[in-house]
Amino acid sequence: MLQDFAFVGIFIVVAIALAGSPLLLAWLIRPAKPNPIKSSTYECGVETYGDAWVQFKVQYYIYALVFVLFDIESVFLFPWAVAYNQLPLFAVLEMVLFILILTGALVYAWRKGDLEWV
Amino acid sequence: MNVINDPFTWVAGLLINWLSTFMPPDAVNVTMAVVRAAFLAIFALVMFMVMTWIERKGVARIQNRIGPNLAGPWGLLQPLADGVKALTKEDITPDHADRLVYNIAPILSAVAALIVFAAIPFGPGLIGADMNIGIFYILAVSGMGVLAILLAGWSSNNKYALLGGFRVVAQLVSYEVPHVLSIVAPVMLAGSLSLVTIVEKQPVWFVLVLPASAVIVMLSGMAEIGRSPFDLLDAESEIIAGHHIEYSGMKFALFFLAEYVHAFAVSCIVTALFLGGWRGPDIAGVTVPWLWFFVKAILVFNVMVWARGTLPRLRIDQLMAFNWKFLVPLSLANLIVVAVADRVAQGLELTAGSWPWALVMLTFNTAMIVVAMALVGAAGRRTRMVREAPVEPEVEPHEEAERGLAHGPEPAPTAAGAH
Repeated sequence: MLQDFAFVGIFIVVAIALAGSPLLLAWLIRPAKPNPIKSSTYECGVETYGDAWVQFKVQYYIYALVFVLFDIESVFLFPWAVAYNQLPLFAVLEMVLFILILTGALVYAWRKGDLEWV
Repeated sequence: MNVINDPFTWVAGLLINWLSTFMPPDAVNVTMAVVRAAFLAIFALVMFMVMTWIERKGVARIQNRIGPNLAGPWGLLQPLADGVKALTKEDITPDHADRLVYNIAPILSAVAALIVFAAIPFGPGLIGADMNIGIFYILAVSGMGVLAILLAGWSSNNKYALLGGFRVVAQLVSYEVPHVLSIVAPVMLAGSLSLVTIVEKQPVWFVLVLPASAVIVMLSGMAEIGRSPFDLLDAESEIIAGHHIEYSGMKFALFFLAEYVHAFAVSCIVTALFLGGWRGPDIAGVTVPWLWFFVKAILVFNVMVWARGTLPRLRIDQLMAFNWKFLVPLSLANLIVVAVADRVAQGLELTAGSWPWALVMLTFNTAMIVVAMALVGAAGRRTRMVREAPVEPEVEPHEEAERGLAHGPEPAPTAAGAH
């Protein structure tokens, strides 16, 4: 097991090297003639007004909250799924109940209108 | 025969023999790990080129064009020409960008896509690392791509890039839910998270046992890598290419690479989970598992190309409604149905993995899909009736519209079209 993760570590290093090397190569051979117009922010050709780093209300953050709910659910589901073949009927029905409760949460969010894109 | 069935292990054996003539065993192991990693990563990069070629040729044929045909025979060298072009393009960093984050984002994006290949089983023994948490690792690692997109969108200091980044994160995070929930089903039947074990447990391909899961994993996988018709992340007409608007040259190419490598990874995952992985017919001792896996993965990718060539892009609200109001409830129902159906089959004393067992599972799945389709059809009819009803003079038009919204789910035409 530890050896497997050592391989993943080696793989990450190799992947970074492979992704970085074309950037390095491009840095060596590409032209670089910047000018103020070229390196200004591109917004459809209209002159940029202000900064993009402002406080911005992301109205659909509620999707992220619902996502957290279901992500936690999957954390519980995976161990159950791995053990599924050895589980007694009771444990299976218990998980069905758990899924139904979470479906209730989804129905609640739906009824509240939180699943509409605003 | 072994040379044909598994040339990679054969070559690796030769290499190990040669290396151990002058190296201690530990050094041989480390060197072999590096060689394996480099081979897998370079394979992924080569597949990126093949994928772009297949995609451009396929879409061109669907649109009654020829596609790339000048660079090399049948335009086969087109991806190389594109690579040279990307290398020699000037790289522009906008004045107001956060330079460090701006430069990290494309590398992170490409790395997140590449390292998925560490856990994909191309054949018996042909796997980077056979982790007992294989599919979990893949889910975790491919989630890092979302991070890269958010970094790119924020660091460009461009309003379109920021909006695109936010929107893409909303999309990817949403489609993660049905993706993960549907992957639970094959894990349940195989009793393991290791992709090797999952493939070994498929004498009957899981696509026949769990058709609903297969379709949901495929659809949400396509949405997660932003393939058309879910390609809202580079909707040119709305947010002028979204998060990678400011990128040029090789950095843009890296985002592009990440998208295609990820597409191939999703094809590989679908192949391993549902299409029996490397399993194929045994013809006089020639099984060529690596070739079977490759052929299946390419076929799955061709389905994606087909979808891109034929389906128009969804609107963002339709996209989210399709996910939250159709795919998520369906994948939850799917889990319950699979759990119950398997217990029923066991009650009938059928062994898991046999054809009668598969038939029982298939029956339950088909019944569920029929019910889901009927429900969506009814909801769609209801919405349409409300929308097309003549406006009565005493009811304000906007109240009418509100009643229509409260009435039932929107995504009916989408859902019906996607199946």
